[in-house]
Amino acid sequence: MTETQADVEAVAPAASGPPPVPAIELDGVVKEYLAHGEVVQAVKGVTLTIAEGEFFSLLGPSGCGKTTTMRMIAGFEDPSRGTVRLHGQDVTDVPPNKRDVNMVFQSYALFPHMNVWENVAFGLRRKKVPDAEIRRRVGEMLEIVDLGGREKRRPREMSGGQQQRVALARALVNRPRALLLDEPLGALDLKLRQAMQIELKRIQREVGITFVYVTHDQSEALTMSDRIAVMNDGLVEQLASPREIYERPATAFVAGFIGTSNLISGTVDRVEDGCAVLRLGDDGRVLAEEGAHRAGDAIAVTVRPEKVMISTDEPAAGLSAVRGTVAEVVYLGLYNSYAVRLPGGTEVTVFQQNALDSTSTAERGDAVWLSWRPQHSYVIGS
Amino acid sequence: MKRFAPYLLILPGGLWLAIFLVVPMVFMASVSTQEGDVVNGFVQTFNLSIYGDVLSQYGTQFLRSAGYGLVATVVSIVLAYPMAYWIAFRGGSRKSTYLLLVLLPFFVSFVLRTVSWKFLLADNGLLLSPLKSLGLVPADFHVLQTTVAVIGGLVYNYLPFMILPIYVALERVDPRVVEAAQDLYAARRQAFTKVVLPLSLPGVFAGVLMTFVPMTADYVNAEILGGPANTMIGNIIQSRFLVNNDYPSAAALSFALMAAMLIGIFAYARALGTENVLEAAAR
Repeated sequence: MTETQADVEAVAPAASGPPPVPAIELDGVVKEYLAHGEVVQAVKGVTLTIAEGEFFSLLGPSGCGKTTTMRMIAGFEDPSRGTVRLHGQDVTDVPPNKRDVNMVFQSYALFPHMNVWENVAFGLRRKKVPDAEIRRRVGEMLEIVDLGGREKRRPREMSGGQQQRVALARALVNRPRALLLDEPLGALDLKLRQAMQIELKRIQREVGITFVYVTHDQSEALTMSDRIAVMNDGLVEQLASPREIYERPATAFVAGFIGTSNLISGTVDRVEDGCAVLRLGDDGRVLAEEGAHRAGDAIAVTVRPEKVMISTDEPAAGLSAVRGTVAEVVYLGLYNSYAVRLPGGTEVTVFQQNALDSTSTAERGDAVWLSWRPQHSYVIGS
Repeated sequence: MKRFAPYLLILPGGLWLAIFLVVPMVFMASVSTQEGDVVNGFVQTFNLSIYGDVLSQYGTQFLRSAGYGLVATVVSIVLAYPMAYWIAFRGGSRKSTYLLLVLLPFFVSFVLRTVSWKFLLADNGLLLSPLKSLGLVPADFHVLQTTVAVIGGLVYNYLPFMILPIYVALERVDPRVVEAAQDLYAARRQAFTKVVLPLSLPGVFAGVLMTFVPMTADYVNAEILGGPANTMIGNIIQSRFLVNNDYPSAAALSFALMAAMLIGIFAYARALGTENVLEAAAR
């Protein structure tokens, strides 16, 4: 697959010689808490490697362990088991002030008693950088985040977006080996958030620092990341490029969490030309390309709503084809969203783009055919 | 009606203060410039020279009170800050219990608690008698009727007023801000001196106001725990009023004390209450 190759290149820039040392490695990291006399595992064993210069996201619902994982990288939490390595060095027992990573906090955590300039200079002053160099670097960094001329402002005199940029500058000015961002855009409104996504990506390219980004917002993760680790219940469900995660969800959780997804389960009826064929109703069939399945296997298949075509005529052979009844039509401007009920009672969501030549093809209550290509069915296990 | 609603809110408290603070103050100001005695009555003569007279007569007690107040305030800060810090950052779910414990002495009368110190510190009391029988302190050693006893009593009685405002200020410090300091290479001590301490200074400032003023004007501790050499200005005012019935002198002393403290506090606020100090502390 060409897209997979492109992703690999984005992750590991062409380098000859020995493989570069990864920026961050987590090896079997577990975090346990004692809550009301019971041991609770917030992180149940995470192993992952983040490459130098990568934009890496930890994505998952609240309580999935993504923030705890990041805090263990920063040093605010000690892993109960496992190892954290930064650039090949074991830092599991190193306190946060001695780790060469910096963090952008969810609520920014700016120092309220200092002005913008002092906030940004804080880390350099602790590192005893000479005054002239502090002045130069803080000035440069404030230009990069577009806050030149606001050095004397106090955090409380600034808007949320400006505070966000101060937090970013305060961390980046130290030129850390990796920048950790804990839902940094969560407090901003949608428009500003989208602008900041692009801004963050630009800054990351400009400074060339590894970014580890924690978010529960899947579109944010898909937009910005080189790779995403989707977390659920203390474990990594899937670690792959945004495209891979969207197109080929590895588990039912990933399929459900990322975008809208249809889950259809059934029993393999036969295998034809390398395609597993599921029977659905009297004349419905679901074709799935991948996986070695035999007749009689119970499997689940996901398909994205935008891959499904809706028609009144019976689809051509070689496509998945199921009959259903339109239960709901929602006009969404860019596209129509149909909810189609299958014979078994399963509801399938279909997005149909409002192209120039498209006419509304189905109304509520219509009997329709749904069809999609075999390569768009992803088998996610039984 | 709606327009006047906010004023209605301040009406009860405003009236209370007007009647019980402003009216007596005006009355006292008038008394301070009267002449006469309690038998023949007092006559308003606008005699301002009394202020100079009482200040020169009781200058020692004035200075002593300010000195006691200052030392007791410093001791209070030293005792209160770590306690407030511990409750705010290590108190966990028991914070309110610890605060209640801090306030617990208030459930016993102020005078009674001070008298109990008298028993505790007596020459052959609970504290000194075992030490003396062990030979750890000389037999003629005493604490009562000394400066130490008076300052100790002042600190004991006003300590909660120092703990509470410092606690409130520390409680409002976002733990993430402390983490941010650590993340930006500050060791624990630096995170405290550069971030936590400056952010808690407003609490210390409020605590100083709430303790220094009443401690300086206090007379109960000097009366019960002190001796003739520990007389504070409060004792003078009290005896002028209630023993000698010399109302003009007592009123003049009260006003002089109030004026001195107002000036002192304004100077203190100018020096320490500004943002420059916070910035300097954060550097």
